[in-house]
Amino acid sequence: MKIAMSWFNDYVDLSDIPPKEFADAMTMSGSMVEGVESLGAEIENVVTGKILSVEKHENADSLQVCMLDIGGQMLQIVTGATNVGEGQIVPVATHGAKLAGGMSIKKGKLRGVVSEGMLCSHEELGITAAELGYEPEYGILILDGGTPVGVDIKEVFGLNDNVAEFEITSNRPDCQSVIGLAREAAVTFGRPFSLPVPAAQGNKENVADLARVDVLDQAYCPRYCARMIKNVKIAPSPAWLVRRLQASGIRAINNIVDITNYVLLEYGQPMHAFDMRDVAGAHIIVRRARDGEMITTLDDQQRKLDASMLVIADGEKAVAVAGVMGAQNSEVKPDTAVILFESANFDGASVRITAKKLGLRTEASSKYEKGIDPSLTEAAVNRACQLVEELGIGEVVGGMIDVCGKLPPARSLTLRPEKINAFLGAQIDTAFMIKTLNALGFGVDEAAMTVSVPSYRADVESEADLAEEIVRIYGYNNIKSTLMAGEITKGGKNAGQKLEDKVKAAMAAQGLYEILTYTFTSPAVFDKLRFPADSPKRNVVSIQNPLGEENSIMRTTTLASMMEALERNYSQRNEAVKLFEIGRVYLPQPEQTLPDEKNIVTLGMYGGVDFYDIKGMVEELFDSIGVKVYSFTPAADQSAYHPGRCAMITIGSDRAGYVGQAHPDVCDAYGISEACYLAELSFDALSGAADNAKTYKKLPKYPAVSRDLALLADDAVLAGDIAQIIEKAAGKILDSIKLFDVYKGPQIPQGKKSMAYSVTLRAADRTLTDQEIGKVMDKILESLECSAGVKLR
Amino acid sequence: MKEQLEQIKAQSMQELESATDLQGLDEIRIKYLGKKGALTSVLRGMGALPPEERPQAGALANQARAAIEAAIEQKDAQLSGQARKAQLAGETLDVTMPGRRHKAGKLHPLTQVLDDVKDIFIGMGFSIAQGPDVELDYYNFEALNIPKNHPARDTQDTFYIDENVVLRTQTSPVQVRVMEKQKPPIRIIAPGMVYRSDAVDATHSPVFHQIEGLVVDKGITMGDLKGTLEVFAHALYGADVKVRFRPHHFPFTEPSAEMDVSCFVCGGEGCRVCKGEGWIEILGAGMVHPKVLAGCGIDPEVYSGFAFGLGLERVTMRRYDIDDLRLFFENDVRFLKQF
Repeated sequence: MKIAMSWFNDYVDLSDIPPKEFADAMTMSGSMVEGVESLGAEIENVVTGKILSVEKHENADSLQVCMLDIGGQMLQIVTGATNVGEGQIVPVATHGAKLAGGMSIKKGKLRGVVSEGMLCSHEELGITAAELGYEPEYGILILDGGTPVGVDIKEVFGLNDNVAEFEITSNRPDCQSVIGLAREAAVTFGRPFSLPVPAAQGNKENVADLARVDVLDQAYCPRYCARMIKNVKIAPSPAWLVRRLQASGIRAINNIVDITNYVLLEYGQPMHAFDMRDVAGAHIIVRRARDGEMITTLDDQQRKLDASMLVIADGEKAVAVAGVMGAQNSEVKPDTAVILFESANFDGASVRITAKKLGLRTEASSKYEKGIDPSLTEAAVNRACQLVEELGIGEVVGGMIDVCGKLPPARSLTLRPEKINAFLGAQIDTAFMIKTLNALGFGVDEAAMTVSVPSYRADVESEADLAEEIVRIYGYNNIKSTLMAGEITKGGKNAGQKLEDKVKAAMAAQGLYEILTYTFTSPAVFDKLRFPADSPKRNVVSIQNPLGEENSIMRTTTLASMMEALERNYSQRNEAVKLFEIGRVYLPQPEQTLPDEKNIVTLGMYGGVDFYDIKGMVEELFDSIGVKVYSFTPAADQSAYHPGRCAMITIGSDRAGYVGQAHPDVCDAYGISEACYLAELSFDALSGAADNAKTYKKLPKYPAVSRDLALLADDAVLAGDIAQIIEKAAGKILDSIKLFDVYKGPQIPQGKKSMAYSVTLRAADRTLTDQEIGKVMDKILESLECSAGVKLR
Repeated sequence: MKEQLEQIKAQSMQELESATDLQGLDEIRIKYLGKKGALTSVLRGMGALPPEERPQAGALANQARAAIEAAIEQKDAQLSGQARKAQLAGETLDVTMPGRRHKAGKLHPLTQVLDDVKDIFIGMGFSIAQGPDVELDYYNFEALNIPKNHPARDTQDTFYIDENVVLRTQTSPVQVRVMEKQKPPIRIIAPGMVYRSDAVDATHSPVFHQIEGLVVDKGITMGDLKGTLEVFAHALYGADVKVRFRPHHFPFTEPSAEMDVSCFVCGGEGCRVCKGEGWIEILGAGMVHPKVLAGCGIDPEVYSGFAFGLGLERVTMRRYDIDDLRLFFENDVRFLKQF
């Protein structure tokens, strides 16, 4: 919200406060000033001058040479304009002047004649016709004959004003107005605040005899005030009024509409003016719209209403959407002669919903939404009438229509200074508290220590609110900073949080980069990942109002996010990319309002890696977090994976996830023409199995013996099975088994593979004898042959 | 015999003189001292001497042997030194060639900054709390003093799952969940993802991260709020930064504040980063609203507390001078490698 700062001076004298100081102090007392813009900042060294003579230029027919008095100094200026004449007062840009748009003026010669500056048009001063209030003739701006000579042009046009932009928080609708902010400024700077009660004289008639207002829905319209103006002379508003509106970003329209906007800014009370010719039977009815009722609003749009919306109507038709926008059918026109000013209080929630449904947020609706003091309606309509009289643009009819329901009573709160000080950790004088509250418009009963809250401060509901009122004026930064006393808390991370850190460290140590991805996704990912039509993962939490289809469901798998990250890197030609994520999936549960949210550790990579690399990373992860009992078994049923290159990971006896090569169709779907490898692990499974307990095992005293075995096995025999057989056969003295070569080729029969193992044996308490070793090796071979048909090569 | 020994000695010394490598030296050793060497055959000939000459001849022979051995040893040392030197000279590497690295990966920059924030608060006795992303409207709004149709709901464009379930628009609902479950003293931070219906651009994302903080205990004051958050600001931005608190509004705190730190680019002079203000807004905070406490079954007459919240992306963007929010979720390794 932007306000011309000079406006505040109508209520509190701030004229001596520099804009920067104003902005800082207001910000620190709670009315955030986002910036102060100096209106005429661009304009420098332009003064009013009186044209003493005009002569033809000796060398150019199209130019004239003027002599000017700019207040004790004579200047000769050459101009091309034709509308200048002796005796006129004009704006004169002197040597060194700066004009709108960054133009600068210097002394010089024009066709051989010295020119000591330039005469200016309104555009060169950055002043619009609307701000002038009239369309000036083409050429130099001719000022009013009574304008003094030699004064800064910024003074003449109010361009020395500053415009402050405020960011008002939603709890302070009262500060959405000049008066509300002036009150804040007065308290902030400790200056007197004067708020005259606006009054219009009015004629001898009474509006109640000329018009009637019926409010049929008092809940939606707690108060409706109206006054009438006759003999209206529709015309442009005076320049000062236009400038104030424009500073706030409101376009001037005509004097009556401008007055409603002026009062909106000044009081924060939206108003509307109806042309009485268009109000059938001079009867205003405030009622709910009928379902499907149509109205053409002032912005020329036809809008369909429904019964949840409040309209202002006459006996025949709606003439405004209450609190949002008026209708074209009753707008103020150039020949409007009689108007009715509406100054009403509408229910904020209802206005908000109506504005939202119509897609029509207006200055008025956004004010109503935040809640407006119902006592404002009367002052606002009187202020509008006062302005009509001051500007002499119509005859105010006596009296006011005021349809008023029961207004909420003034709230009373207890003030406990010691409690407030304890709460703030401060020692603020009671006297300061009382003075501050009084200045903010609260009534303080010093005997009872009760505070009555003014009607414009509906936000103040409790003692904590009073504390805030006091401390923001006292100064947040005057409160001494302290460190918490009281019971010591242990703090720190819990086991799961520590494990998360460990998993991340283990992944990074293996060369993987952590990614973070959106947790909502598109329903199309299930097809891209080849999930079967009946996959339970297609049962999702859907967003009612997504930004788009691509972000419309909460993910039930992290694979899509990982594939997207790989896709992005692949399209950027990043080679050999290895990524991981710990992120949530959202699994709807029957009988539960909220889905289960589970953390999944996801690995994804391409380039220079194969299945055994990613499997090794998973194993290394298990090792570093202390997961000891796990196994990998072939899983051909995971449709996102290569059917022959995917393993289910089991930890203990629980399925913990999968690791494998992404199905080539999946890679194709993501536009990656390299093999991608993926792994997904349930964080809960890791967390359940991770065991940090470690016990030192004595270093071996006796030597180990290694024997190599070259085995011939059927292709179908799994290395995992062979390892299990060897482990079982070797028993306690097995130190380690290492598969160091797998070979298929000419020397190997079709359907078989050669597997070379190194088996290391060691006893903890003795050196093994050749005999013992021979016996164990025989047993191993025997078991291999009879359990898996595996023979020595 | 004596002449013979002298001759062997002289000859061997001469040969040693001209030996140029260890192999040559070895040949000399064998030639003179070996089993079939010159000196050995002389010694072997001693048996032919009369017994009374033998001791003298023996002594002479031993002298000659010792002399040759000493000379060989000396030469050996000299030649070995030369050989090692030559070997080393041949092994010279171009040490400016790149090292062979085992490339470790890295944690996401948001994780790294979050870890710093966690460490600071853990140092002050805070624990870490978590809550669901898919949240009840009650926790996200109503329990935080934001009833239906409250204007604050408009500024937080909410994704709805249904009438009563939303994607949380803030991490503040974790405050309520913690207060419902845990008796004071409470000191927690709750980092997490939040969701707002904002279209993606350089400064907006429908998904971002907040870090919520909550302290509830007997006798917690606004001075404590300031002191705690000042410690945080100084730990994160350095002891030199100035900190200020401005009044603000949040429905669930009263009084409410925003904390600014002096611009760490210009030091408060005013620059592009702080938009000429000299201050940069870091977080929102306030004393927990008595209604919120009471709603969680905590008596506001006995207990008080403060809460705060900050945006992780903003803090991270400022720390690393990142100008586009989208980079965080694009996960391009060329970006991730930089932190």
